[in-house]
Order: sequence, then structure tokens, then C-alpha cells
Amino acid sequence: MFAAARKLRDSGVLGLNERNAEFIMRLNPRRLYPRVDDKALTKELALAAGMAVPDLYGIIAHQGEVRDFAKIVSDRESFVVKPARGSGGDGILVVTGRSQRKRSSFRLSSGVIISEGEIRHHISNIVGGQYSLSGNRDKALIEYCVHFDPTFAEVSYQGVPDIRVVVYRGYPAMAMVRLPTRASDGKANLHQGAVGAGVDLGRGVTLGGVLDDHVIEEHPDTGALVAGLEIPQWEFILESSARGYEVTELGYLGVDMVIDRDRGPLILEMNARPGLNIQIANAAGLADRIARIERIHNADATPAERAAVAQREFAATA
Amino acid sequence: MKQRYVYVLAALLAAIGLSVFFYKWQVLGFPLDEDQETPVWTIEAAVSFDSGPGSVKVQLQVPTLTPGFRVLNENSVSRGYGFGYDYGRGGREAQWAIRRARGEQTIYYRISVYEDKGVDQSDTTPPFPPLPGINEPIKTAVDVLVVDVRDHSADEASFTTELLRRMNDPSPDPNVELLLSGVDDDGDFVDIVTTILATARIPARMVRGFALSGRQRHAPVVAWLEVHDGDQWLYFNPATGEESLPSRFFVWWRGNEPLVNVEGGNNVAVDFAIQENHLDAVAIAETQAAQRGTSAVDFSLYSLPIQTQAVYGVLLMIPIGALVMVIMRNIVGIDAFGTFMPVLIALAFRETKLLWGVILFTTLVALGLSIRFMLERLRLLLVPRLSAVLIVVVLLMLLISLISHRLGMETGLSVALFPMVIIAMTIERMSVVWEERGASDAMRAGLGSLVVAIAAYVFMGMAWLEHLIFTFPELLLIILALVLLTGRYTGYRLTELRRFSELTRN
Repeated sequence: MFAAARKLRDSGVLGLNERNAEFIMRLNPRRLYPRVDDKALTKELALAAGMAVPDLYGIIAHQGEVRDFAKIVSDRESFVVKPARGSGGDGILVVTGRSQRKRSSFRLSSGVIISEGEIRHHISNIVGGQYSLSGNRDKALIEYCVHFDPTFAEVSYQGVPDIRVVVYRGYPAMAMVRLPTRASDGKANLHQGAVGAGVDLGRGVTLGGVLDDHVIEEHPDTGALVAGLEIPQWEFILESSARGYEVTELGYLGVDMVIDRDRGPLILEMNARPGLNIQIANAAGLADRIARIERIHNADATPAERAAVAQREFAATA
Repeated sequence: MKQRYVYVLAALLAAIGLSVFFYKWQVLGFPLDEDQETPVWTIEAAVSFDSGPGSVKVQLQVPTLTPGFRVLNENSVSRGYGFGYDYGRGGREAQWAIRRARGEQTIYYRISVYEDKGVDQSDTTPPFPPLPGINEPIKTAVDVLVVDVRDHSADEASFTTELLRRMNDPSPDPNVELLLSGVDDDGDFVDIVTTILATARIPARMVRGFALSGRQRHAPVVAWLEVHDGDQWLYFNPATGEESLPSRFFVWWRGNEPLVNVEGGNNVAVDFAIQENHLDAVAIAETQAAQRGTSAVDFSLYSLPIQTQAVYGVLLMIPIGALVMVIMRNIVGIDAFGTFMPVLIALAFRETKLLWGVILFTTLVALGLSIRFMLERLRLLLVPRLSAVLIVVVLLMLLISLISHRLGMETGLSVALFPMVIIAMTIERMSVVWEERGASDAMRAGLGSLVVAIAAYVFMGMAWLEHLIFTFPELLLIILALVLLTGRYTGYRLTELRRFSELTRN
């Protein structure tokens, strides 16, 4: 047992306790949490900082406004409904189109057709706080549905693959691509069964994958190789995520981005408590990289400079 | 920096907790063990006499200073008699009085004592005794003996030993023979010895008491000799001259006063009976603490009303459950619903006992969960839906109680105290996780909650631990210190060793 712990320590693996006590508690003051916990606020701040985000169609903040839903989406074919304070991707509804026979029915990313009433019920639940972190009242965001870039089409089962970058004190430390599977119901969350693929920060190319804490090589549904995919506009992605530090001021930050076919990388959300599976996906320890960032840290560097330093520092050596 | 504050605070808390604990344990004698009992001797003096026609007044010598023993309580059983204590020449006296008594009378005086090595002879140093007024020819015999013994001794102790040796000589010299001529019993013998010692200006007195052991009826009064050497009282065995005291010697009274004095009665007899009991050590420790006037006992939980004590018996175990919870979540790394849900579930298990509690809990959660999914179809708002689940849980519990009663299983009835709100919330949390993260996550967290709850229940149910915490609530400070330390534990969780095992392959 102690030998196993020592081996992990030697590999520079970050544990949950250490993440919570050393990084989240020290670098992420609670007063900053609303900036990432409330997606409406995140969107606002990111827009103000000149970052690209999915367009907001409307916000439903009260039960009384739920009936406005049809009006908000009246001229939209596809959209996403999500709770402003949801966690772990819970409560997100991805509508990819309308039913051909009936305009008031919608097709979800999974192919299931649901009625407007069902969506309104879902929005009611969101507003009632079912998906919020504390169970308090919440807002429902209705926003642009990303038409994802074909780069990951081969290794995604429905849903939208996204890119998670862990940013330590403004420096990108580690990244992974999260690929939806049949088991994850089109969601890009690892604990729901999505595949995570590590990314070489240097070239923006995917490495091996991880599914349920185990290393895999092929996508479980499509059978395509997970490794070797080149992520477009990688420098821009790194710089955007580095800029997330300026927006949120959180020292230990997870930035989630998607690549839209037409609009390029967009910031979906940010996370004050990014998970640790990213280490398995990259077969590398975060503690190690954090220590290296501490050595090269320069408080005056611009996001672009920080991104460039990280790209150099954490390029895969192979 | 902060790390150090936590260590200092934890060390401080632990030090306070431990020192109060040690004081109560070692000095006040609070027992570590629930069943720990201290032997308590009850000595009963039965004074019987035939009353005369007039008023009766009885005086009985009772214990005053009791080296080696502490008095737990004393009382008198005497129907119709007025009763009180007074200080006489020999020490404390119990006094009974009655205007008119008829026939044979028996009065009881009872005292309960327990051993305590800390109780010393706390007399002041006595003055040199006055020369006793004795008549010839005894006076000459005493004087000759004193001069002779003084030549053969160095101090009070050796004088006494030498004197007793001569007095106990099987073939005594004529002077001793003269002195012993009127001696009938031990008491008279020791009385003569104290007179001789007084002539030699050595303070001495007779002590009488009992060697306590087990249960004795008609316990014999033992006469012993006490000699003051200027610093302290020494005890001598009058029969051997040896400086010693019988084991567990309980001093009843000192001096040559008669044990009992009855005015208005005759055929007086005193019979002593000794009984050894075992009393809860906590009660004795409390009495002792009260006698010392320490405030430790004012804050003892045993001073609370019994009802409140019962509540605290449970409440004080919650920190234990919280500690188990902290260890299970932060060091072992088990998934569970909510922060304190498992501890509350464990509390609920106390009502139902473990096996039945687990069965009930899983049954109720499973039934409630299926009903929750049925309610999902109705598309209810959050709060009404939660309330609906709560009502269904109450109905389910009612049903289970009725069924188990029909089947003659009485434990089913205790479910009424099972906190249904906890079950309703577990159902709700679990259903959300089920929907959003799938059945496996929900099952894992549910199972984790159950495992943590069972572990918490096992520790919270340990009788010795409950006794320990209840008797020494200051131990909670140590638990607080442990929790604080765990709060700064940044090592891996046990489950992470497995989770990240892929990373150590290369």
C-alpha cells in the first residue's frame, strides 16, 4: 500500500486530497466561484474579454417565463438547454433539430424525439434547482448548438466532443479531448462514460485514451484509433484557455472548449474543480507539471506568452 | 504556514483533551471500563439492649478519622429514636435518644467506606501526655519498667517495641506480672501499655477497628496501639511489638472510651457485621471529586437528568461517526451521498439494529426509487415531487410496520423512529444521479453510503467507546484534533491507488 503510494508520488500524480487542500483551497478563493459556477456570468465575462463563446439565445430565470421557451427558439432549428449552475454536465439537453412532421417536437442529439412540453418540464426542473450544485433555484440557458468540427467525427458517438485544458496560475498544464460514447449518452463527461484522450501540448495531437480509468486505444463504439488526431487551431485553443485565468482569476482552472465547424474554438464553460482523470488520459502526473510551472512562473507574462511557454515546456518528447 | 497552525491547534486540543482525561482517570479515579467496580465495605453496628422504664439515651463511638479509607455514606436505622452526631473525647459519637421504649431494643448504625490510599492520618501533633495518676504499688512497677526499657531503646519506636516485647514475654518479670494482673482482654492490655508510655512522656493511644475482608458476621473488634514519634503516628501490633497494621485495617474509634454507653438500659451488646459490595466506580469517583471540591464533576454528564443523559449518550457518538466518515471519504475515498447522510443513516440504524436496518433501508430506498421514477412521468416540479416522495416513504413505512406486525416481527415497529426525511432525500439524490450519471454511479454512491453508514454504526455502537466518551467528553477534543489533521491530509486516497494504477505502469 505504502509502496503503491510512493510510486504514485514518484510519478508526480496529483491526488484528490492534495488537489483540494493545496490548489483549490489556496488558489481558488470562494468569492470567485460564481464566475465559473454561473454559466451565464462566465459567458458574459468571457465575451467582455474578447473570447469566443456560443451565442446566447435566451435565459429563463423564473417558472413564469418557462412558457416563453417557444418564442425564444421560434426561429432556431437547433439549440442547447443547460442549467446555469449545473455540475458535471448534468441537465444539459442538446436539440439538434425539429421533427419533420411536427414543428413543436424536437430531436435530441441521441435521436430521440421529445415534445415541447417535455422540454418545458425539463426547464422547470432546471429553474427549480434540480441540477444546481446546492439545490437552489437556478436559471436555464438556451444557446447556440455547436456544429462540431469533423476532426473528431470518427471517434465520437453522437454529442459534442470537447477539449479540456487544465490551467495552473495562467499556464496550460495538461489537456485532453473528451469523446462522447454510447454509454455517456452523447455527453463529454468522463465519469458518465466518455473517452478521454490525452493531448500533446506541443503539437496538439491526441495521445492514447482512457475509459473508466483504464487505458484504451480505440473508441468503444466506432472502433477508430483515438491517438494521432490533430486538433485544429491548437495555438488559439492554448491561448484562449490561458486567458481563462485573466477572466476568472482562478489559479487552478479547467477550461472546456469545443471546435465549431464554422466559428472555430468556442469556450463552453470553465471549472474551478477540474477532475484528475486527465492524468490517466495523458499518462502523466499533474503534480509534476505544476512543479515545473512554479519554476517558470512569470506574473507579467501575457496569455499568449504563457501559452507559448507551456507549449514548449510540455511538448511530448517522443 | 497554515499547515503549522493546524498542527499547533491540533496538538493543543489533543493536549487539553488528554490532560483533562488523565486527571479524571488517574486523580479522580473515573473508570476506563464500564464494568469497573470498586469494592465498598458496609460495616453495621447493631446495638441491642433491654430498655428500662424511663427514657433511653445511647452513645456509640463512630469512625472519625479513617486512614486508608474514604467514607461513602453513613446512616442510622432506629425507629422512633432521635438521632444526631456529637464530638466526644474519643472522637465522633452517634447519639440516639427516646422518651419511652419498651422491651428489647436494637439500633443500627451503618457506614460504607472504600479504600483510598490517599487518605492520611491528619491529626495535629499531640502534646506530651500528662503523667498519669496511678497508685502504689503499680506506680513503682511502672517507673522501674520505664527506666529499664529506656535503657534498652533509642527512640519512641524502639521504646515501644521493647516494652511490648517485655509485656508479651511468656515468663514476665515480676513488675510486668503485677501490671498484667488485672488484664482481661486486648483492650485492657493496650490501655496499660498507653499508661506506661504516658509515664515515659510518649504520646500513645489505643485504636480499635476491623480488618476488612469479605463478609463477616460478629466481626471481632481489634485493638491496636498508636504511638506518635513527633512526626507521625506509628502503628504497633500489641501482641508482637511489630510496627505494622493489619491489611485493610479500618479504624472505628480511638482512646479508651467505651464503645457504647446506654443510659436507661441494660444487657448492652454491640455486634458488628461487615459486608463487601461492589459499587459502580463512576459513582465513587463523583463522590470523591465532590469531596475534593473540584469542578470536574460539576461539568460531568452524570449530573444531568437521566433523560438528558440518554440523549447525550447518542449525541456524543456523532463525532465518532463524523470521524469515521472523514476517514472513509478522505483517506479511503469511498463515494457517498451528501456530507453527513451516512452518519444520519447510522443513527437510524441504532433504532432498528444493523441487519434489519440495512434491509429496511435498501427496501425503502428501492421501493421509493421506483415510485420516484413513476412520478417522473407526471412531470412534477421539484418541491412537490420531493414532498410526494416523502409521503410515499411514510406510507411505505406504515405498510412495512403493519406487515411485520402481522408476521409477528416486532422490530418492524421500531421503523417509526427511522428518520424518513433521510430516506426521502437519499431517494431523491439517488434518482438524480441515476438519471444523469447512470445506474452504476447511483448504485456505487448508494452502496458507498451504506458501507460508510455501517462502519459509522459499528464504531458508534461500541459500548466501551460510548462509556469512554460519556465519562470523558473531553476526548472529543482529541477527535476534533484528528479531524483537523485529516483536513490537511494531502496524501492519496486508498481508492486512488487503484484508480491511478495505470500511471505507474511505465
